[in-house]
Amino acid sequence: MINTQDILETINMIRAENLDIRTITMGISLLSCADSDIHMSCDKIYEKICRQAEHLVQTGENIEKEYGIPIIHKRISVTPISMLVAASGGDPVLYAKTLERAAQTVGVNFIGGYSALVQKGFAAGDEALIQSIPEALAETEHICSSVNIGSTKAGINMDAVATMGQIVRKAAEITADKGCIGPAKLVVFCNAPEDNPFMAGAFHGAGEADCVINVGVSGPGVVRAALEKIPDGNITDVADTVKKTAFKITRVGQLVAKEAAKRLGVPFGIVDLSLAPTPAVGDSVAHILEEMGLEQCGAHGTTACLALLNDAVKKGGVMASSHVGGLSGAFIPVSEDAGMIAAAENGTLSIEKLEAMTAVCSVGLDMIIIPGDTSAEVISGIIADEAAIGMINSKTTAVRVIPAIGKNIGDTLNFGGLLGYGPVMKLNTASPAKFIHRGGRIPAPIQSLKN
Amino acid sequence: MRAILTVVGHDTVGILSKVSAMCAEHNVNIIEVSQSILQDMFCMIMLADVSQCTIPFTAFADKAQALGEEMNLSVHAMHEDIFNSMHRV
Repeated sequence: MINTQDILETINMIRAENLDIRTITMGISLLSCADSDIHMSCDKIYEKICRQAEHLVQTGENIEKEYGIPIIHKRISVTPISMLVAASGGDPVLYAKTLERAAQTVGVNFIGGYSALVQKGFAAGDEALIQSIPEALAETEHICSSVNIGSTKAGINMDAVATMGQIVRKAAEITADKGCIGPAKLVVFCNAPEDNPFMAGAFHGAGEADCVINVGVSGPGVVRAALEKIPDGNITDVADTVKKTAFKITRVGQLVAKEAAKRLGVPFGIVDLSLAPTPAVGDSVAHILEEMGLEQCGAHGTTACLALLNDAVKKGGVMASSHVGGLSGAFIPVSEDAGMIAAAENGTLSIEKLEAMTAVCSVGLDMIIIPGDTSAEVISGIIADEAAIGMINSKTTAVRVIPAIGKNIGDTLNFGGLLGYGPVMKLNTASPAKFIHRGGRIPAPIQSLKN
Repeated sequence: MRAILTVVGHDTVGILSKVSAMCAEHNVNIIEVSQSILQDMFCMIMLADVSQCTIPFTAFADKAQALGEEMNLSVHAMHEDIFNSMHRV
C-alpha cells in the first residue's frame, strides 16, 4: 500500500490547498454541420452537441466523486463559428443562440468557439461574425468568444486590431446594465492554441479530431503551500519544489483526462499545464510569487519570479502527461486572483508591469478592468502591443480587458463568481489613433538573429 | 477496483468498528489497515476491495463522508488510482 504520508499529502492538497481539476472540456468539430441554410446548420449543431456531450456533465461528476477530486467546470469548445457562417451566411447571432440552447440542454457552464481566425485577413463569414460579437455576448449567458488577430507566421492584422478595439468597447456598452459582462467573455489572441480547454479563449481548431477530451489542471494553492515549507531554500530549491509539485498536480489531470476519455468513448486530447487561480483565499498565483520573497506582486523582481514559476511548472508537468498542449503556463487574470486584486488595489501592480509579465507566461493581459471612457483606439493599442509580444516571442498572448462603463480609476467592478472583482486600473491615455487607423498588416517577424 | 479509505480526526472509541461495519454492510472487503497518530491526530488508512460493493461506489463514498460527519471525523473513500498516479511514476 502507498505510504501514509503520501496519502495524507494528497488529501491535504485537495481539502486544504484547493487542488482541483479546473475543467474537462470536450472539443467538438462542427465542420460536419455546415449547411448553406443557416437554420439547417443550427439544427445540426444542436443535435451534434447534444449527442456528443449528453453524458459529459454526469461523467465528470462521477469521476469527481470516485476519485475525490473536485472538477470545477465541464465545458465544450467548438469549431470557430465564422467557418459555419462562411458556408451559410445569415445572422451569426442565430448560431450563438443555438449554442446557448445546447449549453443549457447538456448542462455545461460555457461553450467556447464563437470565434474567428483573421491573423492574415478576413475570409467569408469573419467580418460578419466579429461585428455580431457584442450582440451575441449580450444575448447569451454561456457563450465565449475569441478572435485571433496575429501569429508568428502571419504577422498582425492591424485592420482586425482596429476593429477589435471597437468591438470590446461596444461589448461593454451594451452590457453596461449587467456589470459590463460582455468583454469578460471575449479574448483577442495572438498565436491562439487550437486545443485550449480554458475559457474564454477555447475553440476547437480545424486540425483537431472530430471529438476530443482536453483537461485543464489548476493548483496555485498547492504550489504556494509547498514553497511555504522551504522558507530558507535558495532559488534552485524553489524551482525544484515547483517542478515536483507541478508533476503531482499534472498526474491527477492526466488520470482524470484518460478516465473521462475512456468513459465517454472519445480520444484523449491534451492536458493543459496551467496554474489557474480563483478569487478564493489560498488559490492565488500572486501569492506564489510573494511566497518566493516579494513584498507584493508587481514589485521589481516579479517578472523573474514568474518566469521561474512558469518554466518549472512546464518542466514538472511535461513528464507527468502523455500529451501536453493548450496554453500551459501560469495565468495572471487580475480580477480572478486575490493577490493580484490586492496588488492592483494598492497600486503595486500596474498595467505596464502586467504587460512585462505576459512576456514570460501565459496568457496575456487578462481580466483587467479599465476606465469606462477609454477610447477604442487605446484598447486597440493595448491589443497591438500584446500581440507584438506574442508574435516576436513565438508564444500565445491575449487581451481580455473590460471597460467599466460609467466608472473611473479607483472604482470597483464586481462580476461575481469565478470571474471575481477588481479595481479600475490606470491607463496611459495618450492617443495611438493615427497608428491604429493606418490599417494594413505588421509583417511576420524574422525567425533568426534573435536579440 | 480498490479504494483507499482515510479516517482523520480526534481519537474516540469505536472508530475502527463503525468504519468496518459500514464496509461489511456493503460487501466491501478490507485488505489492509494501518493506523497512526500524526500531529496529535488519529489517522487510519484502509485499502479495500470495492469490486463486490452492493451499491455504486459514488454512493458508498457519500456514505463514508456522512459517517465521518456523524462521528465528527474526516472520512473519505477514494479510488486508489488517484494516489498511485500522484506518487508513483
